[in-house]
Amino acid sequence: MNIFGSGVFQGMMVTLKNFLTSYFRKPDEGGIFTVQYPEEREKAIENFRNFPFLVYDGSPEQIRCVACGICERECPPKCIHIEMALDVVGKPARKPTVFDIDYGLCMNCGICEEVCPFDSIFMDHAFEVTAPERQISLVRPKKALLKSNEYFQKIRPTLAAVIDQKRKTAEEKKKAAIQPPATSESK
Amino acid sequence: METTEVLKNTDATQILEINFGPQHPSTHGVFRMTVQLDGEKICGLKPVFGYLHRNHEQIAENLPYAAIMPYTDRLDYVNALANNFGYALTIEKLAGFEVPERAEYIRVIMAELARIVNHITVIGFMLNDLGAFFTPLLYAFRERERILDLFEEITGSRLMNNYFRFGGVKRDLTNENLAAIQKIVSKFPAFLKEFEALLTKNEILCMRCQNIGILSGETATNAGITGPVLRASGVNYDIRKVDGYSIYNRFDFKIPLGEKGDVYDRFYVRVLEIRESLKILEQALTKIPQGEIINKKSLPLLKMPRNFKPPVGEAYGRVESPKGELGFYVVSDGTPQPWRYHVRAPSLINLTVLEEMCLGQKIADAIIILGSIDIVLGETDR
Ligand code: SF4
Ligand code: SF4
Repeated sequence: MNIFGSGVFQGMMVTLKNFLTSYFRKPDEGGIFTVQYPEEREKAIENFRNFPFLVYDGSPEQIRCVACGICERECPPKCIHIEMALDVVGKPARKPTVFDIDYGLCMNCGICEEVCPFDSIFMDHAFEVTAPERQISLVRPKKALLKSNEYFQKIRPTLAAVIDQKRKTAEEKKKAAIQPPATSESK
Repeated sequence: METTEVLKNTDATQILEINFGPQHPSTHGVFRMTVQLDGEKICGLKPVFGYLHRNHEQIAENLPYAAIMPYTDRLDYVNALANNFGYALTIEKLAGFEVPERAEYIRVIMAELARIVNHITVIGFMLNDLGAFFTPLLYAFRERERILDLFEEITGSRLMNNYFRFGGVKRDLTNENLAAIQKIVSKFPAFLKEFEALLTKNEILCMRCQNIGILSGETATNAGITGPVLRASGVNYDIRKVDGYSIYNRFDFKIPLGEKGDVYDRFYVRVLEIRESLKILEQALTKIPQGEIINKKSLPLLKMPRNFKPPVGEAYGRVESPKGELGFYVVSDGTPQPWRYHVRAPSLINLTVLEEMCLGQKIADAIIILGSIDIVLGETDR
């Protein structure tokens, strides 16, 4: 019944139609939506996760991380390395001196972000991470990992708002329960 | 068998042995087959595995249970959500976790979206192997891109989702997400229609695919083949129906079956399966209830994965991944790490009948037969 070749012809009509309409249709209706990458950029999706970074409030000295080591232990490929800072008397200062993440090993799983009890480590949007070799340059030291809370609010507004709210209420609670020896971090 | 006899009688040509792959674009990864050729006819074929071996099972046996989840993404990286599903199901069986209603619906929605992604990718690549160079593949990728964007929004990553948790899922679907899924589902049939017009009646495609690489239902069952490859041979076996795991028994969907079990059937069964997945999605989207997304009992595990010690015992959980039966076998000895962890990978087992399908066919057909099995080397070699 069918003329031989009619199927091919029909297929060709589909490609022709697509070829022409791709110029007129809107991107989400079958039009071209290729982004000419380095010049053009897509708007980042908020939940997108790439590599982890550390958040500080105010100045880089006010780092939220207390070097508890939970993320270090839970990270599946073991790419986090933390060393606790010691204060003058040699007691743990609840701050990291060394906080390295090997971006070459990190599998972008987001587990560190999930387990951190102090809302200190979060997943970044920056994906342009290149290095000439993988042994040294991809190991990010603390200095390179630290980013301000404003940056965090910029890239992930919804999550940052929740976290900020949570921290604020915790702070107020702490103040309300006026504790004379201001040593403990009640959590 | 036949071909070797012919050879003896005619003392015609020498048998030529070639190594196909591992660095060949049509082997879908680093897969090698040693092919014996008599002229252009295949008279022997040996698949060689192991080029992408990453010690997945051994790594998992040294990790806490929750940390294995992101590793399962890397098994079948085309549809990581199905792997997450299988693994979560196994551990829930082992630890006796219940999953809240809403989470079940979210799981089904995500798994079916992943199935659609997988099937259109496979069809696209198979046509690429046929010589329909990149046009149909890019049409498929255009649609896939929308779903992947959605995955990125929901799970945080396009491919390595790491989305399922024991007793639930990681993040809730917002109403916007649901609306976006609804939009994709309602637009998809139009694309499928166009895609079918492009392909199914195409004479060249029919000539290349029909009666090529026939796999009989009997051989398929005996070899333990599962998934669309088995159903294309006319055997009605779908774990979603057989086990009714999660909440699949609540949905009304059919199992598309092939007749001959040739390459064309395998291709067409997948097109039909996408339609059934869309049906499931429609139903799930209308029925999804409000509520919890994760079991309360397993909530502390999210913060302290290392403290999770399932009771001593063993469990085997399986799901109908788009490639076939994906099973996880886990033995627990009461410590935070599994004592034994094994993956039953459909890609590997489906590959075992490759020789049978290829014998007597032309070398060019071997490529599309391989393409029609739908393998992912991350899963085959583990
Ligand atoms: S994202 Fe995963 S792999 Fe990367 S540092 Fe965090 S826990 Fe480790
Ligand atoms: S980032 Fe969080 S989990 Fe990791 S050491 Fe610092 S406070 Fe602990």
